[in-house]
Amino acid sequence: MDREQVRRWETQCIQEQPPACATGCPLHVDARQLVECVTRGDFKAGLAIIAGAVPLPLILAHICDHPCQAQCRRCEAGDAIEINALERACAGFGGTIASMRIPSPKSHKVLIAGGELSGVSAAILLAQKGYEVELFESGPTLLGSLRSLGETQLPKQAITADLDALSFLGVTVRCNTALPFPAGSAEPESLLRACDAVYFEGRVWPLPDTGSSLTLATLHAGIFAGSTLQQQSPIRAVYEGSVAAISVDRFLQGASLEAGRDNQGAYASRLYVNTKRLTAFPAVRTTEGTSYTKDEAQQEAKRCIPCQCLECVKVCEYLEEYGAYPKRYVRQIYNNECIVMGVRNGNRMVNSCSLCGLCTEVCPENFSMADVCLDARQSMVRKGKMPPSAHDFALRDMAFSQSDAFTLARHQPGFQSSQTAFLPGCQLSASSPQQVAACYEHLRTTMPGGVGLILQCCGAPARWAGDEEKFQAALSALDAAWSSMGRPRLITACSSCFKTLNEHLPHIPIEPLWPHLDPALLAKTPPEPASRTLAIHDPCSTRGVRQVEDSARALLGRLGIDVVELNEPGLTTCCGYGGLTLFVNPALADKTVTRRAQQSDVDFVTYCAMCRDRFAHQGKRAIHVLDLVFANVSSDPAARRDPGFSERRDNRARLKAQLLREVWGEEGNAVEPSIKLQISEDTRLLLEKRMILIEDVRRTIEYAESTGDKLESSTTGQSLASFRSGCVTYWVEYSRLGDELVVHDAYFHRMEVR
Amino acid sequence: MSGSAGSPQVPPYICGKCKQALVLGKVTALYLGSEFPVELWRCPGCGKVYVPESLATGKMLRVEQALEDK
Repeated sequence: MDREQVRRWETQCIQEQPPACATGCPLHVDARQLVECVTRGDFKAGLAIIAGAVPLPLILAHICDHPCQAQCRRCEAGDAIEINALERACAGFGGTIASMRIPSPKSHKVLIAGGELSGVSAAILLAQKGYEVELFESGPTLLGSLRSLGETQLPKQAITADLDALSFLGVTVRCNTALPFPAGSAEPESLLRACDAVYFEGRVWPLPDTGSSLTLATLHAGIFAGSTLQQQSPIRAVYEGSVAAISVDRFLQGASLEAGRDNQGAYASRLYVNTKRLTAFPAVRTTEGTSYTKDEAQQEAKRCIPCQCLECVKVCEYLEEYGAYPKRYVRQIYNNECIVMGVRNGNRMVNSCSLCGLCTEVCPENFSMADVCLDARQSMVRKGKMPPSAHDFALRDMAFSQSDAFTLARHQPGFQSSQTAFLPGCQLSASSPQQVAACYEHLRTTMPGGVGLILQCCGAPARWAGDEEKFQAALSALDAAWSSMGRPRLITACSSCFKTLNEHLPHIPIEPLWPHLDPALLAKTPPEPASRTLAIHDPCSTRGVRQVEDSARALLGRLGIDVVELNEPGLTTCCGYGGLTLFVNPALADKTVTRRAQQSDVDFVTYCAMCRDRFAHQGKRAIHVLDLVFANVSSDPAARRDPGFSERRDNRARLKAQLLREVWGEEGNAVEPSIKLQISEDTRLLLEKRMILIEDVRRTIEYAESTGDKLESSTTGQSLASFRSGCVTYWVEYSRLGDELVVHDAYFHRMEVR
Repeated sequence: MSGSAGSPQVPPYICGKCKQALVLGKVTALYLGSEFPVELWRCPGCGKVYVPESLATGKMLRVEQALEDK
């Protein structure tokens, strides 16, 4: 994985961006966290948050002009959170503030002119950094302008407690003393003979504002000055004191005054917050006086949303599964890849994403978890670090679809060329071979110019597995089959083939099947479904491809189906098969499809054979759109069970043989199996769950029976066969019943045992 | 990987080829370049090893997965 790319991905996810209340505060007080503390009744922790960001926390808690509240997103559903009132509650109920640490002293001396909020703040912050600070106030007392405020608005105790910091930190305070510098003097630098830097608070700076608002630097090096804006806003005054303290420190350290201060002060938050579905609640009113009771404060705090994005996590079972959000996942995946010695705990996470693209669709910044996971998988395969078991089963299944057992490329009988060729795809062939045969017959009889047939895998499973070598080989094979057919236009029933060819073989013209099925031209009347009201589920492969999504809906319209939309078509979810999730994390795949199934009680209709079977697997009634066009073997196709892995494979082989026989009049040399197996439904389900094909069972027993290499139980009379195929050892427990062999159990392991 | 058949000391099977009862013995399990000694039932004649289902779907699977993530 490329480090720069990883960094860009991390930046794209905005979940960790501070909320609007914090970025709206010049000092970035984390009001969201403060409010969360109040929610728990932890006022002390709330006060600590203020004290961590503000040098005069108790005073500001009482008199802050709270620009944060104007930014609060709660106001889009009810009133803004009463952040200032909650800060006052923290000051009132939070007890005392933990004492500051005493810094190690520095040799530089700083003079500060002006003892109001800005000057005092700068003095505290600089003294906290260890500078010797002398604070000059021409009036009789520090914070003189606040002394006239009433006790309710600003308790005297708050002023005293906050100012204690000055003596604690050893700041020399000189009241009734003007800075020994004549106002309007032409030589302000003369001041620097007595110290190393000076800060003039806004109201006492004698020269016109010449400095930058970013640094408060003036034309005179080492002299900093606040603006007159301080007099209008307490938080502005403290903010400028803080800016001055940072600048003075940088100046004295010889560091750049400007660098890295882009987000200083208030700015617009990048955090996206969806407030559309919030219930509106008004702010909690005070019952006693002007301040909240503890209980009222807690109730008010509970109205906080709290602001966060998580748009993708809310809609994706996978992103929810690992308890965080994309920014963290990107880092975890990158760290996982960088492990040289040790356990890569993130492998399963990398391989569990369905690559369905829903996150990108809902993300305000178009973040793609699919890009991250695919990149990581490709990298793992390249480095030989992909766990062998992760995609082994799926890739063996793909190899079967690429073998002579399934592949076929033929012109229509009686034609020497093909204007069009039908590419049904592996999964429809695996799930409903009879529908493939019916479609092909329909296309042959209704379209001119010869309709050829291509049975071939597009390589999507290899792509999902991150195995680019196998993927490119599959694409080349398909490209070659297409060329051998005279480069016809392709019509496909598979969304994954459609997407794969569009993206990776763009020179091949390909269209979805659906517009080519005209009920008026059908040889037989379409079957009557159990219900004419069906909820449509779009496969995720062609997410957002309106040509496909619309053509499927148009066909349903022609068939007189009343279509229920589960969401906008572009917001469909994966069935759990995409990205090979099913093979890596079956439990997650099941959760994903269950969540989708629960969106409506109405029977589903879809135009992806795999999606159809995944719903059936979870007990959700679902039909394939073709079940509405051509009669299915089942009278109630919505109740048809998931054929399972073994049958899917057999169906593909049978389809090829059937078409060769019925369309081209060629008898294949079908080999009758030498042994007859009896497999109960329970055992079949166990085999499915363990991803053991009946073919593997058959081969294992055939080996044992032909060689005698097996184990026998003297007590039960059962035999235990084992057979190593590739890197898997299969074990099958069976017994003989007449001329049949009854399969009781099967399991496998990858380790070799000697 | 340490482990044993963990079953009673009664041989669970006889070897189909050699017709001898299995005996407990030291064997080696190998995966992705790692080797583990393990005590399992095996044929004293041809050496055929019996891997019980509980081992294959339990401890062995966990070790396989741990090695795959190394």
